[in-house]
Amino acid sequence: MIHLKVNGSERSFEGNPDLPLLWYLRDVLGFTGTKYGCGMALCGACTVHLNGKAIRSCATSMTMAAGKEITTIEAINAGGLHPVQEKWIEYNVPQCGYCQSGQIMQAISFLKDTPKPTDEDIDNAMSGNICRCGTYQRIRAAIKAAAGENA
Amino acid sequence: MSPNITNVSRRGFLKGMASAGALVLSVRLVPDYLWAAEAMPGTLAERATLHPNIFVGIDSDGTVHIVAHRSEMGTGSRTALPLVLADELDADWKRVRIEQAIGDARYGSQDTDGSQSVREFYAVMREAGATARAMLKQAAAQQWKVPVEECESGLHCIVHRGSGRKADYGELAALAAALPVPKNEDLEYKPKSAWRYVGKGASAYDLAELCTGRAQFGMDARMEGMLYASVEHPPVLGGKVKSYDDKAALQVEGVKRTMQIPPFKPPHAFQPLGGIAVVADNTWAAFQGRKKLKVEWDNGPNASYDSEAYKKELQEVARKPGKVVRNIGDVDAAFAKGGKIVEAEYYVPHLAHVSMETPVALANFRDGKVEAWTCTQNPQAAQQTVAAALGIPKENVICHVTLLGGGFGRKSKPDYVAEAAILSKATGRPIKVVWSREDDVQFGYYHAVAAMYMKAVLDESGKPSAWLQRSVFPSIDSTFALNVKYGGAGELSLGWLDLPFDLANHRAENGPIEAHVRIGWLRSVANIYHGFAAQSFSDELAHAAGRDSLEYLLHLVGPDRVIDVKKSAPNYDNYGGSFEKFPLDTARVRRVIEMAAEKSGWGKRKMGNGSGMGLAFHRSFLTYVATVVQVEVNHQGDVRIPEVHTAVDAGIVVNPELTKSQFEGAAVFGTSIVRSGQITAKNGVIEQSNFHDYPVARMNEAPRKTNVYIVESDAAPAGVGEPGVPPFAPAMCNAIFAATGKRVRELPLSRTDLSG
Repeated sequence: MIHLKVNGSERSFEGNPDLPLLWYLRDVLGFTGTKYGCGMALCGACTVHLNGKAIRSCATSMTMAAGKEITTIEAINAGGLHPVQEKWIEYNVPQCGYCQSGQIMQAISFLKDTPKPTDEDIDNAMSGNICRCGTYQRIRAAIKAAAGENA
Repeated sequence: MSPNITNVSRRGFLKGMASAGALVLSVRLVPDYLWAAEAMPGTLAERATLHPNIFVGIDSDGTVHIVAHRSEMGTGSRTALPLVLADELDADWKRVRIEQAIGDARYGSQDTDGSQSVREFYAVMREAGATARAMLKQAAAQQWKVPVEECESGLHCIVHRGSGRKADYGELAALAAALPVPKNEDLEYKPKSAWRYVGKGASAYDLAELCTGRAQFGMDARMEGMLYASVEHPPVLGGKVKSYDDKAALQVEGVKRTMQIPPFKPPHAFQPLGGIAVVADNTWAAFQGRKKLKVEWDNGPNASYDSEAYKKELQEVARKPGKVVRNIGDVDAAFAKGGKIVEAEYYVPHLAHVSMETPVALANFRDGKVEAWTCTQNPQAAQQTVAAALGIPKENVICHVTLLGGGFGRKSKPDYVAEAAILSKATGRPIKVVWSREDDVQFGYYHAVAAMYMKAVLDESGKPSAWLQRSVFPSIDSTFALNVKYGGAGELSLGWLDLPFDLANHRAENGPIEAHVRIGWLRSVANIYHGFAAQSFSDELAHAAGRDSLEYLLHLVGPDRVIDVKKSAPNYDNYGGSFEKFPLDTARVRRVIEMAAEKSGWGKRKMGNGSGMGLAFHRSFLTYVATVVQVEVNHQGDVRIPEVHTAVDAGIVVNPELTKSQFEGAAVFGTSIVRSGQITAKNGVIEQSNFHDYPVARMNEAPRKTNVYIVESDAAPAGVGEPGVPPFAPAMCNAIFAATGKRVRELPLSRTDLSG
């Protein structure tokens, strides 16, 4: 039996401990804001927070999540918008939007560690998250704005 | 997708669904908007108090319901078309609710590709809005007993000019509903000066949902009792299952059963590929089960497909005379006269779409009918494909359209929807078929690999007195018919028959080759390789003539005129647009080239020493685009892209901000094509499988800043989703030449050594 906390609620899981967290969140719990993109930690669509840090849930087994606190996009700022989400909206970042949950979760975690990022910091932190629509320059602008800089 | 869209009866229905389910969660089982056309007949628009047209309805509280019948994959059509309607209706955008249509031929074409949504439905949306407004005006006049001429629309209301009386649309809806629907020829349209939204735009309707994880994609569709499935497809196109052993697969925790999906009957079109499906109680278990299958395949006739050998074949065919598809003057006579001859060959490999959301469909077969929820660009084709696979009438297939996590043409082909329907019928359960990324990369409808041969002879001024071009590629037509060898008019029209240059002698040809994988259309289609060849070659000629690329390109374009393409290329189709409405106008060509050049600082900035700028023009989907790319190349041959400048003339642009996004995105899409896009086959099997061996541009590889300039225009609206892609690759490769002196004639870039 694996115990973990998801979006503030205690959960227990009795199934295959190798199950990637992504599919537990999506198929078992129904938190579909976290997306499948590659299954190999190559694209970042599945990014969630584990104890407050961005991780790739497609490559994180239930065993690795045991005893941890998981936060998904649905609970990143319950009842309102996180400042990063506000900037995403202000800068009209999404096109199709499928990757944006992962982008936002990555950005929030990154800005916590690096409140005043340079362009290079942003590149390094965000290049693991693919956006096939190509919204990168708006993502960069939104991150800079969230960091309180002029984009 | 606003919560307000739910009316009382539907809310009750959903509640019942949720409480009956095993999954009682804070998330919705099926998104509200998907239920807009559920078992209760019709859309919210149809059930509204005033419903003059299939696209719009107005409730007595003034809520305006607008039906989005085209698929939303990020291009913004779900926002742009309702904006056009709302503008002509004089509706308050804040009181507009958008609902997504199911597949239904009454809407006209829902095939969301070819950058056609606004182009084809701009007039339809205006008509729908103007119709409703006319009825509301008439109703107000009747209520106030004044002549209708004294009434006019304000924001979401009708106003009586003399008395200043005012009535909200909601108050007038019931009275208006009793009036006859006016004839189209009697409609009055708002003058441009009164436009509220067209040309000003609005944020994407789904913006907040997309930033909070609440937006519902095909991947997110859920249903009570649903099982998940993943399909092991034949590794080679046309392969069949000889035998299979599923004992180990069935041992995987969560796997329920396996079943065979029969192979397609050629031509494959949108039919499923066949193979072995693994059905499980979660997606991952289905994926794991597949790994344990032991399948023996009969690989069939395409088992010798080898991309290296095929490349040689393409190039050999391109070197020989082909079928003439456009002719002006006599190139052979001009070549015979002699002069400076320039020849070049270009090559672009197969490409895959890799939308971030892989193909996925949920289908429920019950009582001879199918209900499907899926990310499709073409719900009517999904209906037909499912109906044919199950042998039921297409009226018995309801296809709900979710948001699409990207499409790029792949999701126009609904093979995956048919897989879900077949499996649901066989299992008696709702089935969600999820394609893994590996499935997506290895079993796509690939962009055609292409080889182009170009030859020109230059006169004393350096201008080509003759220009010959040949292209060879496996045709999309091979997806729909057997024994296809030549490119279709629909492909040759894409940037090959309409070179807008002032040439006395010009010939375009197309050579024969057979396809060995499924060939499909990918964002901007044949324009990618045709534009790459034509715009790289014009830059090569500029260099050969010792002239500046910009000045030379404008010289090639020549004097302002409308080109009658059909005169020299009888099969040219102008993207299905009329020549009166969408002429090929070289004044518009010139304008975007000049604009991009000026904005980029062309000729005014110091370049060289690994730094360079490249320019390219391409008209596609009836839109004129010129792009300047700036690159920096270091000694290791790494290329950075600090700046891109793109000028666009797409006629009337409904939503400028989202249109700019499309061109920013096109630059990134183009970067992927140049840097790394390459699908290859060996022994008929695709060699790539995921983002490690089919990389797409990441933030650090993408252009740092793409500046988009939209030409003010009153011309008919044209496409914006695709036209940014074709000029990017030649502009970038021309920039690399300017920076390094090395000419890139083959894509991707890894085929050319830029170090030194």
